[in-house]
Amino acid sequence: MPRLATKKILTTVIIKTETLPVMAEHDVVKARQMVRQWASEIGLSLVDQTKIITAASELARNMVIYGGGGTMEIQSLEQYGRRGVKLVFEDKGPGIADITQALKDGFTTGSGMGLGLGGAKRLSNEFEIESTPGQGTRIMIARWK
Amino acid sequence: MNNDLKARIASLLEEQQEMLLSEWAQELQAQGRQQGAISDKDLKQQCKEFLTLFRDAVQGEEGGKGENLRNMLGNLARSRAENGFTPTETATFVFSFKKPLYTVLHKEFSKDSNTLIEVIWGVNQSLDRLGLYTTEVTQSAREEVIRRQQQDMLELSTPVVSLAEGILALPLIGTLDSARTQVVMESLLQTIVTTGSTVAIIDITGVPTVDTLVAQHLLKTVTAARLMGADCIISGIRPQIAQTIVHLGVELGNVITKATLASAFKIALDMQGMKISRVAPVGAMTSKA
Ligand SMILES: Nc1ncnc2c1ncn2[C@@H]1O[C@H](COP(=O)(O)OP(=O)(O)O)[C@@H](O)[C@H]1O
Ligand SMILES: [Mg+2]
Repeated sequence: MPRLATKKILTTVIIKTETLPVMAEHDVVKARQMVRQWASEIGLSLVDQTKIITAASELARNMVIYGGGGTMEIQSLEQYGRRGVKLVFEDKGPGIADITQALKDGFTTGSGMGLGLGGAKRLSNEFEIESTPGQGTRIMIARWK
Repeated sequence: MNNDLKARIASLLEEQQEMLLSEWAQELQAQGRQQGAISDKDLKQQCKEFLTLFRDAVQGEEGGKGENLRNMLGNLARSRAENGFTPTETATFVFSFKKPLYTVLHKEFSKDSNTLIEVIWGVNQSLDRLGLYTTEVTQSAREEVIRRQQQDMLELSTPVVSLAEGILALPLIGTLDSARTQVVMESLLQTIVTTGSTVAIIDITGVPTVDTLVAQHLLKTVTAARLMGADCIISGIRPQIAQTIVHLGVELGNVITKATLASAFKIALDMQGMKISRVAPVGAMTSKA
């Protein structure tokens, strides 16, 4: 058991990491540009770059519109010999009461298309969401080469 | 400062008005105000108005904010900002009043150094506040100019071009945020009306990311154009964008989409009952020349 755990930790290498505050629409533009740069740096294909940039755009904008602003942590890493980009969106907003419902296509409490959360999930290789009403929302996505 | 003191200063300002104004004018000259940007006559007028309002403010009740004085300075700072004055140059207008004023105060209160210090300190504080206020106004006036220019760029960057009779093209470049979409939509609808066009090609080759907000904006534009009697074709959908749109789950409904502007133009010509035809074999025209 301990040997396995050690091995797993050793197989994940964080190449670099940075955190960007996302408070307004122009920060969403910044977030996209940053993801584009990091994704092309680790050599993601144009299609994969576009996918993670678009997912990031959705989640960053959700933080601005619904979460009262938050942060995007970006990481480029190597795991089990493959490279990827991992993004964590975290806000201290109202949270999401019913995550299943929020993920449903077409569900919106605002004036959007209700496709952002589900879309971001489909555009990513990994997707994790945690949310506590009254405390905030944390969403992690990753895209691997 | 008590009210007696304030009243004394106010009447000093009244009595010594001519002297204060001429010394102040000299100070302004010495500080090297922007030659020619403001006429001597206007400057004199401004100094006089400032002095009058400053006296009113000094005389004012405890807690009186000198609203009129601030308004006058606000207008002055704004108009100077528009004429290219720097914040420092504008603040200097206020600060250069200090020396003539202190000279007068010094004469009046020279026998009582405690009162002199109190008066100078009080007056100094208010003049500093007023000077900083002009800086603030100048700053925000300049930001306003920048905002206006951004607004102008919005319009510049969204030209609607006519490709053939009844066919318009709208080549979009860059980020399609809500403000930009509004401008794009208005200029497209306007041109549809003025040209009587029935087909509009919206080309998104230059839009780097198509997320659900951009898609929503595009669909709104298409719907509005349709209401004006024009059908839209969305072109410039690169393969990676097509895949992303599918994963997002965006349905473009019955909007015609094309990979390139050229193929969209072909469809548009079809819809208008027109076609492009070759009138001579390839190279025939150029070889003659
Ligand atoms: N960061 C967040 N904080 C609070 N609520 C959120 C957040 N992100 C999404 N939501 C909720 O989930 C719903 C669905 O989000 P999404 O799929 O992006 O669609 P849309 O943005 O079009 O509403 C939103 O309408 C909102 O109620
Ligand atoms: Mg959304």
